[in-house]
Amino acid sequence: MQKTIEGLVTPFVAIVIAVLIGAVVMLMTGHNPLTAYGALFSGAFGSTVNLSNTMANAIPLILSGLGVAIAFKAGLFNIGAEGQYWIGSMAAVWIGYSVHGLPPILHISLSIIVAMLAAGLWAGIVPGLAKAFVGAHEVITTMMMSYIAIFLSHYMLENGPMMQTGFTPQSPVILPSATLGKIVERTQLSWGLAIAVVACIIVYWLLYKTTLGYRLRAVGLNSRAANYAGINVPFHLVLALFISGMLAGLAGAVQMLGVQHRLYDSFSSGYGFTAIVVALLANNNPFGVILASIFFAALSTGGQSMQLVSGVPAHLTAVISGIIIFLVATKDIVQIQKRWRKRQTLASGKEA
Amino acid sequence: MLWDALTRPDLWAATLAMATPIALPALGGTFSERSGVVNIAMEGIMLIGAFFGVLFSYYTHNAWLGLLGAILMGALISTLFAYVTVNLGADQVIVGMGVNIFAAGLTAFMLNEIFGYGGTPRETPALPNLTIPGISDIPFVGPILGSQNVVVYLMLMLVITSHYFLFHTNLGLRIRSVGENPQAADTAGLNVLRLRYLGVIIGGMLSSLGGVYLALGLLNSFEVNMSGGRGYIALAAMIFGKWTPFGSLGAALLFGFAMALSIVLQGGGVPSNIIQMLPYALTILALTGLVGRSTPPAADGIPYDPNK
Repeated sequence: MQKTIEGLVTPFVAIVIAVLIGAVVMLMTGHNPLTAYGALFSGAFGSTVNLSNTMANAIPLILSGLGVAIAFKAGLFNIGAEGQYWIGSMAAVWIGYSVHGLPPILHISLSIIVAMLAAGLWAGIVPGLAKAFVGAHEVITTMMMSYIAIFLSHYMLENGPMMQTGFTPQSPVILPSATLGKIVERTQLSWGLAIAVVACIIVYWLLYKTTLGYRLRAVGLNSRAANYAGINVPFHLVLALFISGMLAGLAGAVQMLGVQHRLYDSFSSGYGFTAIVVALLANNNPFGVILASIFFAALSTGGQSMQLVSGVPAHLTAVISGIIIFLVATKDIVQIQKRWRKRQTLASGKEA
Repeated sequence: MLWDALTRPDLWAATLAMATPIALPALGGTFSERSGVVNIAMEGIMLIGAFFGVLFSYYTHNAWLGLLGAILMGALISTLFAYVTVNLGADQVIVGMGVNIFAAGLTAFMLNEIFGYGGTPRETPALPNLTIPGISDIPFVGPILGSQNVVVYLMLMLVITSHYFLFHTNLGLRIRSVGENPQAADTAGLNVLRLRYLGVIIGGMLSSLGGVYLALGLLNSFEVNMSGGRGYIALAAMIFGKWTPFGSLGAALLFGFAMALSIVLQGGGVPSNIIQMLPYALTILALTGLVGRSTPPAADGIPYDPNK
């Protein structure tokens, strides 16, 4: 309990300070912070439609955020969730429009499983093996794989097999049997939300209630000690990236089957990058990931109404996100320094 | 088709022009990482450079003052980055990510607040293109090297100076030594923290210049997220170039070539998107040791704690 409260303090303080800095910026540029934040809040949560859209935006963040968090737990920084999201999206859409004659439950499951496997392998094979066997830094390899994935999707949609002839490069629409139903009609909120919550529970269970999770965390805390304890470190590194990629791929699949229903040509979904911020703010806690995802989803849906109502550019929400990361990163340090100081006073006490 | 493209001087001129905004931040990253600070913030610093370049250029009616102001802003945000990572020892990759998100938001916010939704004014002074007498008259070479934007020449000079600075001066040696073995450097009487600040700030100024080139060299305007991932590509170029100035330039030219070729070949038989993947794949191969092993400075990314 004590630990849970401590875990909540850092992100909460970071959010409060960042929101206050945002308010100062608004005052300096001649806006009323209360009106602006009021518009942001009601735009994010103020009606069934707004709340549904915020929750819908949170779904891909929760899933890819879980992926980033599980990699962090194993000591790996998967910065390429964006690319894994694209691989998952491509695979899900492809199964979604090309496989005929399946009942919905099978068609949806098949799309999701193929998407997760494809994205898992995308992260596990190249960045995973490169990390495990030659020590190539996963920040670079996952980022490079991300670019390759995005160019691959451009190729598929502009010249390749997934292209649908038309004015804009896009894939065919998935079949009705592959479509996830809506929770609230006429909004973007699909039953993907249930998938996201279940995924959260599974990741929590995996990390904290199984031997595998224990080993992953041991590798993350101290890979050398884990090695001496007889844990196969390379295997667990590859596995962590594989699971991480699977979750980002699931995010893509759920977004395709539940919201977009087809793949559009674009340079970035943005979810893969925000997922990193989500995992950081949540301190890699699976349930924290849900809260952090709702927070960032609310910033993005609410930011639009803030701009419309109060004239404050929606980009201010990105400034706030950046400040939050800064504070979360430095706040940890403040705690580490405290610990150092404590240790030093203990040591000097012994000498005396 | 391919051969025709390769003999066209405009392909090579475009290669050089497109390599410049990758080479500058790659060079910046080299300085930072040689001093032991992993820097993935080049993307954000480029945006800062691009935006403030336009802002200062517009209000002072002088593109050179714009360039100067942008470099100062790049140095400023790098100082903040250095304080958090070097003094407080925060995770360098995470803070770098924070800088990128912060800079993207800040520049877009300020663009809307200061210039409104119509974008930056058209009458913003831009940095000139130079025509080098003598070189510009040589056939084939002339169109490639003889008339480029002034920042392109600046970049080439900076690559040479940086190589000399890092590998042939005392200060360069010191910067590299705190990136390889800060404990030993500290014992030898070097100020590890100050040298790391120097590496990060020089790096930030160079990255910022890359942004200035995009905003005042190629165009005379700022657009939201106009760096378009070049800061991350520069990271790859730096690694592929084995953390050296000439290597970074070489890798940047390779990336620039892939981009230029994909434009020239548009509508042809070879899908341009496949060509554009190649430099990223090569970077992974370089990291895994399959095409010449890239090894980072030994203390790269590890905060220095003098009490340990």
